[in-house]
Amino acid sequence: MSQIERHSFDVLVIGAGGAGLRAAIESRTAGQKTAIISKSLFGKAHTVMAEGGAAAAMGNVNSGDNWQVHFRDTMRGGKFLNHYRMAELHAKEAPDRIWELETYGALFDRTKDGKISQRNFGGHEYPRLAHVGDRTGLEMIRTLQQQIVSLQQEDKRNAGAYESKLKIFHETTIVELLVDDGRIAGAFGYIRETGKFVLFEAPAVILATGGVGKSFKVTSNSWEYTGDGHALALRAGASLVNMEFVQFHPTGMVWPPSVKGILVTESVRGDGGVLTNSEGKRFMFDYVPDVFKDQYATTEAEGDRWYTDPDNNKRPPELLPRDEVARAINAEVKAGRGSPHGGVFLDVSSRMKAEEIVKRLPSMHHQFKELADVDITAEPMEVGPTCHYVMGGIEVDPDTQESKVTGLFAAGEVSGGMHGSNRLGGNSLSDLLVFGKRAGEHAATYVASLDARPKPREADVTALTEYAEGLLVDTFTEETENPYTLQQDLQEVMNDLVGIIRRAGELEEALTKLSELGKRVDKVKATGGFAYNPGWHLAIDLRNMITVSECIAKAALERNESRGGHTREDRPAMDPQWRKVNLVCTLGESGIVLKRQPLPTMPTALMSLFDRSELSKYLTEAELDEFDKAVTATDEDGETS
Amino acid sequence: MSTRHFRIWRGDDDGGELTDYDIEVNEGEVVLDIIHRLQATEAPDLAVRWNCKAGKCGSCSAEINGKPRLLCMTRMSTFDENETVTVTPIRNFPIVRDLVADVSYNYEKARAMPAFAPPSDLAPGEYRMQQVDVERSQEFRKCIECFLCQNVCHVTRDHEENKEAFAGPRLFIRAAELDMHPLDTKPDRKEFAQAEQGLGYCNITKCCTDVCPEHIKITDNGIIPMKERVVDRKYDPLVWLGRKIFRRDQLDG
Amino acid sequence: MTSTSAPPGRPRAAIAERTLRTDRWWLAPLATFVGLSAWVVYATVRVFMQSDYWVAEYGYLTPFYSPCVSVGCVPEASHFGQILPDNPLIPYAAFSLPFLLIFRLTCYYYRRAYYRSFWLSPPACAVPDGHKSYTGETRFPLIFQNAHRWTFYLAAVIVVINTWDAILAMFGPNGFQLGLGNLILWANVILLWCYTAGCHSCRHIMGGRLKHFSKHPVRYRAWSMVSTLNARHMQYAWYTLASLAIADFYVMALAAGWFSDLRFIN
Repeated sequence: MSQIERHSFDVLVIGAGGAGLRAAIESRTAGQKTAIISKSLFGKAHTVMAEGGAAAAMGNVNSGDNWQVHFRDTMRGGKFLNHYRMAELHAKEAPDRIWELETYGALFDRTKDGKISQRNFGGHEYPRLAHVGDRTGLEMIRTLQQQIVSLQQEDKRNAGAYESKLKIFHETTIVELLVDDGRIAGAFGYIRETGKFVLFEAPAVILATGGVGKSFKVTSNSWEYTGDGHALALRAGASLVNMEFVQFHPTGMVWPPSVKGILVTESVRGDGGVLTNSEGKRFMFDYVPDVFKDQYATTEAEGDRWYTDPDNNKRPPELLPRDEVARAINAEVKAGRGSPHGGVFLDVSSRMKAEEIVKRLPSMHHQFKELADVDITAEPMEVGPTCHYVMGGIEVDPDTQESKVTGLFAAGEVSGGMHGSNRLGGNSLSDLLVFGKRAGEHAATYVASLDARPKPREADVTALTEYAEGLLVDTFTEETENPYTLQQDLQEVMNDLVGIIRRAGELEEALTKLSELGKRVDKVKATGGFAYNPGWHLAIDLRNMITVSECIAKAALERNESRGGHTREDRPAMDPQWRKVNLVCTLGESGIVLKRQPLPTMPTALMSLFDRSELSKYLTEAELDEFDKAVTATDEDGETS
Repeated sequence: MSTRHFRIWRGDDDGGELTDYDIEVNEGEVVLDIIHRLQATEAPDLAVRWNCKAGKCGSCSAEINGKPRLLCMTRMSTFDENETVTVTPIRNFPIVRDLVADVSYNYEKARAMPAFAPPSDLAPGEYRMQQVDVERSQEFRKCIECFLCQNVCHVTRDHEENKEAFAGPRLFIRAAELDMHPLDTKPDRKEFAQAEQGLGYCNITKCCTDVCPEHIKITDNGIIPMKERVVDRKYDPLVWLGRKIFRRDQLDG
Repeated sequence: MTSTSAPPGRPRAAIAERTLRTDRWWLAPLATFVGLSAWVVYATVRVFMQSDYWVAEYGYLTPFYSPCVSVGCVPEASHFGQILPDNPLIPYAAFSLPFLLIFRLTCYYYRRAYYRSFWLSPPACAVPDGHKSYTGETRFPLIFQNAHRWTFYLAAVIVVINTWDAILAMFGPNGFQLGLGNLILWANVILLWCYTAGCHSCRHIMGGRLKHFSKHPVRYRAWSMVSTLNARHMQYAWYTLASLAIADFYVMALAAGWFSDLRFIN
């Protein structure tokens, strides 16, 4: 290949989903010349798949809601492994970020008094999710996309060109980040349409590339979710945290096979849908864990009353956090009480009128009708767990979203810490906005503070060009590996051995297989030309998938307890000692390095938001003593002042 | 499981042709599954654009047996056992490669469309809107931008020269969405639709509505109401009289 | 797609076949063509016949001759006076027919129907347009399609007249009367109302033009009702063609004495 296209920007945002777009809006508003790299077309990012809503304690439906309650729910959902500061910032800033979307033109569903309506969701104490039917993600991405267009129009008026301050590179993939002496200098990638290589010089890079779900066979994620950002950050010298925690959404479609894994929104349960097994039993009542015993109904009658009178009744256990529901479904199917196609039944038809269902869950109705010939207003759906989200991600400073590498920021699913061991539904869309904005703001500040900019090394660029070109061959031989076959093999390993229920032996086996796959990836080749060649694209992505999968498996083997999205059959209990530990992945000379790192200590003021009896379920005795002392000390301070 | 016959357009801007393939098809599969199987076996470099595979992102637009469809929402069971399935790229746009077309026309038209104009007297959080007032615009915001309507519209599909003057159905419903937005403050969206977007080119033959995978009533709820709003401003005698007598315009009501 | 502007003149996919549709896409436009043509031929013949439009015995007046305002009209059939000269080239209902014709010609549904089936622009979706150039409704004469609103106002008045005709036919010299002919006239009038009130212009006037439905609850209700009719505008467009032809044919048959009316009361 000949010429490399070169561009220079102040801030480079990699990823055009909710977090990336929000970050770009912020950095452009702060005056920095910004580029957005989109792996797909603009507006197609995985955010469009989000259905239920964005959690923000606006208190529009129940005025009892506030940021403290939201913070509490988030920490509980994450089994106290969340970075407390991120959970705090998120709970405090989410309402402002949602209201801001209205000024960009978003049209959420409304309450009677004209405010943004909010719906119930698993793990949230009050109705909290701002939503538009069951297509909230689409509304969000379109709103942000249109706000970017609006800024470009402003730039056209002021500076004469749409792209003078904010430019979008459609269908462009970043292969590597370029680092100069520990500081970000730019990024190297290719343009899908032509296969032409492109070099971006930029002192600040915001990673907003989403998750890793495509490494699993049954997943709700699209082809883009190959862990690019995670792997780019690792290779640039940053660290990943909490990678063992992968969320399996409890309700994915299970039939027909070709749509296995496609998401069935949690709103179905939030709006009254119930889970039953082949015996017709609402089995979730048998699966309420001790830590949640006080917050959930024990009888069907009470659970049903809650929908109309939430203040005097407890919520039904169908609305437990996702990890609990997913495990319960898994257990029912294993016990032989599953549906014909290996899931359980999710029924909304007996709970709501047909027109109500079509109005509140239009895209679910459409999806089942068109893809499975099932009319959800008349019959139950069959559902089962599907790989949905990775809680783990790039370790960042909670306030600035900067990683261990100077100039490298991360926001959204690719960053880690915020959700602890399990994310609550609805917290993802608000996470994108809150931390997308923060990343954009701090990246812009960082760039403004620079005297001299790091420079990409030409040798790196040459090496990368040779690497990418070297993946293309004329024909497959016995020596070469087919990228599609490799991807399938990887998906099977991850699904079967590092899936929803894990065992030490299987994880060890997975690591052996992953290292074999890693060697095969070194031999992967693609045929055809450079222009829009999906085989070649996959060959490049595979490297990232293997690296990230190895992190997940290693961390999963190390953490020998069960917590949130990480379930070890051989260690089924939660261990308070493990709550104090984060597992952190880095890339060393000879591969992935895993180390333990203490969790930051939550300040007493935040800790005091919880009952001591609840804390005692998560904390060690020593921690509880510390807490008691601290509380007494503050109380005494209070008396003297 | 059975083997089915497919014809898939392979090529780029230098030309191309329909290529024959016999491929295995399983129960419950959609056309996109078949394309993926083809990539994993016979044609690893077959270019196709796709993302969510659930009809939510609007990436995999193509033409199947001549009809504009989403590859991920077209089930194989809709074809006869021995029917040949022909898959081509969407025709109205320049070709990139195989099933991938260059849809930049749509982004350019979107960029020419004046953005939402927020009210200056309301702070974030103070917006109040009634559900009945937002519902019309919400229908248009269901649009997944698959551009099948833009592709099928004969105004540009059969008359390339109209692309300059004509924005297309996707942008007409965007215009309608903003004009019906309860808090949008831009007063001249009707005039813009008529003068800049080429609303008058539409002869309401409704193919846009026919192909919309989101079942948005593009013509009846978007284009025709916009045409009627233009009539309000330009051609209606009673509205003119009403304005003279009451000295106000109910459009602002 | 790195920059959002495509190089000019970039080619489309070189697909030889003008359409790859394998279904019988030509059937719908052909059926429309035949249906509309047949109706126009029938209506033209009837309008210029200037006979067999009035059944004196029961007071039936065909809608094709209403209001009958020519000097040539049977006096009993002229509910609104006689103004026009009697001339074979001037239809007896020359005050209503041209407007009804234009109302239907500019109707959003009929536009779709005849642009597709008569003008082949396009004959069917994803089937090429039959013409080299196309400017739509941007210039003379098609810009006058925007006059649909005006013709709606007139058409509404004419449906009132048809309704009046139907009411008058219920009361003969012996008081209240009812026959099959009355039912046919009423069915026609009701369908005409459904078609006319379901018109896109009517929907717009009733409430479509408002920005805030919540501030105008009555008009919102009206808009909702019209919207329900409007969703079936195509069906009513065809039902009314049929009902007009049937009503006219029935009156003609009675007037010509081909058969006699089935009477229920008087």
